[in-house]
Amino acid sequence: MNTPRAIIRFTVNGERMIVQAQPMKRLLDVLREDLRLTGTKEGCGEGECGSCSVRMDGELVNSCLVPVLQAEGAVIQTVEGLARNDELHPLQQAFLDHGGAQCGVCTPGMLMAAAQLIERNPNPSIAEIREALAGNLCRCTGFTRIFEAVAVAAEKARLEKVHDAW
Amino acid sequence: MRGNADVHELIAPGSLAAVLELMAREPGKWTPIAGGTELMVAFSAGRLTASRLVSLWGIADLRFIETTADAVAIGAGATFLDLRRSATIQADLPLIARASSWIGSIANQGRATLGGNLVNGSPAADSSPALLVYDAEVELISVRGRRRIPYCEFHTSYKSNAMAPDELLYAVHLPRRWAHHRQYLRKVGTRRAMAISKVALAATALMNDGVIGEIRLGAASLGPFPMRLVKTEAALAGQPLTRETAQAARQALLTEAKPIDDIRSNAEYRRTVAANLLGEFLLELRQEGGRA
Repeated sequence: MNTPRAIIRFTVNGERMIVQAQPMKRLLDVLREDLRLTGTKEGCGEGECGSCSVRMDGELVNSCLVPVLQAEGAVIQTVEGLARNDELHPLQQAFLDHGGAQCGVCTPGMLMAAAQLIERNPNPSIAEIREALAGNLCRCTGFTRIFEAVAVAAEKARLEKVHDAW
Repeated sequence: MRGNADVHELIAPGSLAAVLELMAREPGKWTPIAGGTELMVAFSAGRLTASRLVSLWGIADLRFIETTADAVAIGAGATFLDLRRSATIQADLPLIARASSWIGSIANQGRATLGGNLVNGSPAADSSPALLVYDAEVELISVRGRRRIPYCEFHTSYKSNAMAPDELLYAVHLPRRWAHHRQYLRKVGTRRAMAISKVALAATALMNDGVIGEIRLGAASLGPFPMRLVKTEAALAGQPLTRETAQAARQALLTEAKPIDDIRSNAEYRRTVAANLLGEFLLELRQEGGRA
């Protein structure tokens, strides 16, 4: 059986996109294969590790668990959508500065989960950071440097907001 | 990834009425999929047996939390993030807010729905013990109409439920009458996030001058589906909260619980830990001094 392809329209990193895909194709695979956005990684493929985390309509999702038909009309942000032109997102810079990334497989998912957190909660405690990233597994860093990086980035983002307000 | 998107059909009719018509036309042929946190795992692993799926994601008629003077209605499509963020749920049904906060991860909570958790029917379902001790009713819907049954009668055997092939879970109804009850919920698993329960116990109880009044105990992973521990409840209701009562209830639970050995734990551990959780709840009741 060959399921007919569906036409899916959505917005990815601010750009309107149209793809043709089987409705059950995972959003993860559409991002990586059809749109060549390979920043999003596949880890476990069962929603346990968070490597494939992206933001969809303002919430964090595991893109391996989203059939692309359910992304019809959605606004999606992937790790490629964090930096503005040549300027890294404060989270990306903090991960670099504080050793929050080593092998890099978990990093895009960590960044998206952290971005989701600090947008909703600009002043997270370490406990809140740990909870927000509890669905993202890292086998290199031991997590501590990641939590530090998120705390630093949140503080920097707050300062920039104050600066902008002036 | 062993799943093959070419062998599964998925459609999104977009409205509740259209989904119900489809399910009436071909009862049992279409498998509803909401947030996909269960079915997409099976798909990725190449063990999804359903060949035709109908999407419930984005159907606004299924995603609501409505409050009346004496009840809360939760749409089957409400996500666990919806539930843990809801001021009503936090205030009136705190055990549901707490259970919602430890389901999977944030990414899972934003997609997983209350209805999906119940229809999936895992014996370890995280939301079930709280629903059981809050006297939840489930509302089922089809083109033939609606009906309500007590949630404690919803699961009928392992992964089976009381729904007809053309029915959909529409909502869960909960009375708002727990402000004076002592409430308890504890999940035991390997870690706080992402872990499926080894065992979980919820409880609500009223105390009157050191005597246990109304009491409910709801358990996960102590049987083929989440269930009330009615014999253990009977050993406690109307009894003074003494060491003898606690001992009798512990024995009742050890007899009533029918857990299994599996990859996450074994029956002996589950039975013992469940009895200890009950002990913890009874200790909390005693320390509260029977305050209403």
